[in-house]
Amino acid sequence: MGELIWIFASASVINNFTLTYFLGLCPFFGVSGRLGTAFRLGLANTLVLLVTATATWALNTFVLAHAPYLRLISFIVVIASTVQFVELVVRRWSPRLFQALGIFLPLITTNCAIVGLALFQTNRGYGLVEGLVYALGAGAGLTLALAIMAGLRERCASSRVPRLVQGTALSFIVAGILSLAFMGFAGLFGAAA
Amino acid sequence: MEQSEPGRAWVELRKGLWRDNPVFVAVLGLCPAMAVTNSLANALVMGAATTFVLVGSSVVVSLLRKLIPYEVRTPLFIVVVATFVTSVDLALAALLPVAHRQLGAFIALIVANCLILGRQEAFASKHRVGLATADAIGMGLGFTLALALVGTVRELLGGGTLLGWPVFGPSFEPWVIMLLPPGGFFSLGALLIVSSMIAERRQRRGTHSAQWNAQGDAPGPLDLSPPGSRVGPE
Repeated sequence: MGELIWIFASASVINNFTLTYFLGLCPFFGVSGRLGTAFRLGLANTLVLLVTATATWALNTFVLAHAPYLRLISFIVVIASTVQFVELVVRRWSPRLFQALGIFLPLITTNCAIVGLALFQTNRGYGLVEGLVYALGAGAGLTLALAIMAGLRERCASSRVPRLVQGTALSFIVAGILSLAFMGFAGLFGAAA
Repeated sequence: MEQSEPGRAWVELRKGLWRDNPVFVAVLGLCPAMAVTNSLANALVMGAATTFVLVGSSVVVSLLRKLIPYEVRTPLFIVVVATFVTSVDLALAALLPVAHRQLGAFIALIVANCLILGRQEAFASKHRVGLATADAIGMGLGFTLALALVGTVRELLGGGTLLGWPVFGPSFEPWVIMLLPPGGFFSLGALLIVSSMIAERRQRRGTHSAQWNAQGDAPGPLDLSPPGSRVGPE
């Protein structure tokens, strides 16, 4: 149990996917302009991450032991098609959730955080339960980073900023400071993973 | 667009270097641009690997463009890209094991670089092999250039070295934060400011021509409102 809590904390804050591994930066800088959108994007991400963790575990256990060089290709193909399938299921069963997630669900497929999760999960040899907890933590971390960033950008939008720094450059500097703050979590449990 | 002339390839090659630079102008491919640029050597290896994947996939996609059905093009592009990434991954593990270990999972993550998929979608799948190759080489070199710039800044400030050689005297106090994740954000942010300064100066002289957006092939969410439309002091 302690191991699982450690995995969750490590994935969500200490080694935050966005702020220390630089994964999933495109949505981070591209769409995290409003708080509500950021939450929905985070939710969609978490959903896809959970599906990915399950798919990765199944692939690793049953298929890839015999053909390790097919790892990347099969991850990408299986993840992309699973996400497409999940999208269909969500649309059929819960049109409201589908509407809430909107365009983000299909876009997430090519998010590097998703492939990153599959690769890290494999490299660390996580099983199904560990993988799911890892995905949950990563999703929570992404949502947290997106939400904080969206809040900061809402503030930035209403303040006077030198013209050259406006837009992406400002987001980068803000993200840097945020990343600096998250480094403080490294000492949270004694040692960073 | 379809008319190909000899000088066209050169234009396509040159545009990726600066005017439509994938990192500084289009802000694509950010994950590797920051994750592996804590030293110039890593940045160069990453740039070379990405360029190889980009050129290889562009050639294959361009050759197959008449055969690929529109509905399933994205999965097919991804499979082509993933094939090249796997070969780069295996080749690096065999040839440069040290660099491969340092770059870790980020070599495999080239597959998720939106720059590569974006070029397949926006360019390679619509143009002949020659032009597609020129475009891919230009974009790859531009990407490598951007990574090298970030890598230089971070290695110089964070370790006082360049490609492992000490540059400053022994009295230099390394600015370690530049090697850590926040340094990546800071350096790229600073470089973006410099690049928009240069773009603005060029525009004032009237030489700045069409932007990425003007060709209608912008592949991702961009924040590229023309400088004139931004609100601010002055």
